[in-house]
Amino acid sequence: MPKKVERAKMGMIIRDEDTPEKMEVEYTDVTDPGDSDSPVLIYYNWCKKCGICVAFCPTGCLGRRADGAPYVANPEKCIHCETCDRLCPDFAITGAKDR
Amino acid sequence: MPNSKKTTKTTKAAAKETKAQQTDTALKELESKSKRKNVLMQGNEAVSYGALDAGCNFFAGYPITPSTEIAEILAAELPKRGGVFIQMEDEIASICAITGASLAGAKALTATSGPGFSLMQEGIGFAKITETPCVVVNVQRVGPSTGMPTSPAQGDIMQARWGSHGDAPAIVLYPDSVKECYELTIRAINLSEKYRTCVILLLDEVLGHMRESVRLPDMENVRVINRIKPTVPPHWYKHYDENQKYLSPLASYGEGYRFHVTGLTHDALGFPTNKATEGAEMMERLRKKISYNIRDLVQIESHQLEDAKIALFAAGISARSAKAAVAIARSEGVKVGLLRPLTIWPFPDEAVRKMLQHVETVIVPELNQGQLIHEIKRLTKDKSDSNVIGLQRVNGKMITPNDILRKIKEVM
Amino acid sequence: MANIPQRVVHEYLRHDKKFPHVWCAGCSNGTVLGAIIRGIASLELDRNDIVMVSGIGCSSRMPVYVDFNTLHTLHGRAIAYATGIKLYKPNLKVIVITGDGDCTAIGGNHLIHAARRNIDLSVILINNNIYGMTGGQCSPTTPHEALATTMPYGNIEPDFDICQLAMGAGASHVARTTAFHTQEVQKMVVDSLTHPGFSLIEVMSICPVIFGRLNKKGGPAQMMKDLRDNSIPLTAVDKLPPEKVEGKIIRGTLRKEIQPEYCDVYADLVARVQNMGEDK
Repeated sequence: MPKKVERAKMGMIIRDEDTPEKMEVEYTDVTDPGDSDSPVLIYYNWCKKCGICVAFCPTGCLGRRADGAPYVANPEKCIHCETCDRLCPDFAITGAKDR
Repeated sequence: MPNSKKTTKTTKAAAKETKAQQTDTALKELESKSKRKNVLMQGNEAVSYGALDAGCNFFAGYPITPSTEIAEILAAELPKRGGVFIQMEDEIASICAITGASLAGAKALTATSGPGFSLMQEGIGFAKITETPCVVVNVQRVGPSTGMPTSPAQGDIMQARWGSHGDAPAIVLYPDSVKECYELTIRAINLSEKYRTCVILLLDEVLGHMRESVRLPDMENVRVINRIKPTVPPHWYKHYDENQKYLSPLASYGEGYRFHVTGLTHDALGFPTNKATEGAEMMERLRKKISYNIRDLVQIESHQLEDAKIALFAAGISARSAKAAVAIARSEGVKVGLLRPLTIWPFPDEAVRKMLQHVETVIVPELNQGQLIHEIKRLTKDKSDSNVIGLQRVNGKMITPNDILRKIKEVM
Repeated sequence: MANIPQRVVHEYLRHDKKFPHVWCAGCSNGTVLGAIIRGIASLELDRNDIVMVSGIGCSSRMPVYVDFNTLHTLHGRAIAYATGIKLYKPNLKVIVITGDGDCTAIGGNHLIHAARRNIDLSVILINNNIYGMTGGQCSPTTPHEALATTMPYGNIEPDFDICQLAMGAGASHVARTTAFHTQEVQKMVVDSLTHPGFSLIEVMSICPVIFGRLNKKGGPAQMMKDLRDNSIPLTAVDKLPPEKVEGKIIRGTLRKEIQPEYCDVYADLVARVQNMGEDK
């Protein structure tokens, strides 16, 4: 997509409030995705931070960091429904029991 | 579809397992019958039998004058042999279907004429870049566009070489008799299997429709080449792993080699790449596959050229007139000879250079506004085209021996 | 329906090759691929017998990621290539992955004829209502008045109902669902693979980066919610008042009939002709 400036000139002014601003993010309290007893594993190399898993997690187990990436905010809430597994477009998350 | 083991879902299993024996008995019975005697045969018919004898077991085509007879004959003959015939919805679908069938292991062929040939160009390019064997028979007619569907022309020679976008060398053969229609169809299929590419067989309307008496060889003296099959197990298989002659073994879908084929520029495994090195490697392989094997590919007929002062350079039906003209001229003591390419592309540079050394003038009779003539001029030493004379005609009429004789007399 | 865990799905991916894949953040092609793999895995088919053919477009980049016999063909021509493969080796399971532009614009002619012939192909059409790969041009299914880079003043053209188009051409199995309803996609993929004839599965999907931004659809999560909320099951259609059905995506199997399958019909022809040969 052309940069915002060009788009404005082309008369296509698009306010895309959904894209998170670029910002420095310090990874403080995030559990290590490889942590074996975490109910949900996230593979950040493949995850493109679309936010779908966070939006559709039925119990609010997943949270979204400032850069848009998911993280296991409330591990205890995971019910292993695998909604995140099925909806993830990047094969980058699994809440399955037998993973 | 030699042994189509049906999935459990169809209810006609009973009729299926005798299928293999049926095909064998049908084949044996066919061998004993007429085709091996001397028969009056049409060019298109000879192409069809050449295809069958070369092992063609898949045809997908679309009706177009003057090549439709090929489809009609194969529609009747292929089912007898357990082969697949389908009339697709257009020529683009036809070239795509035969390429798909070839990837599944078939020896596949299609036939068309100018307008269809133009539609097939993207598909031909795909067959070339993916190095998938198939044959396109183009029975030329007067163009451009709809032109004169029932009149001969040779206007697709450059299209056969450069028709598809991008660079990829071409193998294009051109017979000049009904017998050669049979022989060069077999050769086209053999070359497509050996060099893993789309080979084009050019005819013209006269060749396609004229009848000559011909005796087809018995099957045992017909040399049939099949694609090199991989010997390595699947996990070591590279779809483009060439040996020293830039030829590579070819697995088929359903044989346990789960390879990837794409029209994108690809690496040796067949996966898409944008790396300059891998792209260059692929293009080099496509080029060297032809340029490295010129000796095997180029086929010419040299006709009374040894002492000739004037040489004719002609292909297809124009070459028949040229042969007659040579005979008459020689009877009047004029030293004329003919060089005829059976392989148009790759162009027989070496033979033409040799001819140009000892010949004063070259006359190029062709049914277009000048195509082969450019290749001859390209090869003249001083690039002056004074001694290369064209004899061109695009009105749907053939160039007759007398036309050529008149030109010879003019030039003497 | 079998629940296929993610780790099994990974067994079908060509990991050494191409991951992370090429699709944009939130694009549902990956989600649909996951559902397709789950469908195939639940049938425990032999991978050597599966051929996945695609044309050109975002969804057509799918075959390279899976460990089957895969073929990435020309724009619009996947079905023609698939016809050649299926006819020559009818025992192979041939799956065609295509998009709204690839299948109904440039590839329309091959779609209607394959449907008419009822050749056993599983055509999975991922409909994101836009030409995504080339940057957002209008497609035959771009909604009326929606924005596209080649319809900067709003789409003036009416759009195709792809399922009606396929049924009109004679397709014997036509179904539609959305990328959000992954288990419906999985079930319909299983149906298409077991249905002996032409199957067209239309999966309404989202294109958040191109179509979504141009038309201010609110990002991946919102667009997935829209798929969920703007679609109704076929069974509910006659129970709801017309205004509830208007403009909704109708999910379900619209037609599933057994008709003569082309490869069978051709095999019968061969048997008949060869018997004729013997009688003489």
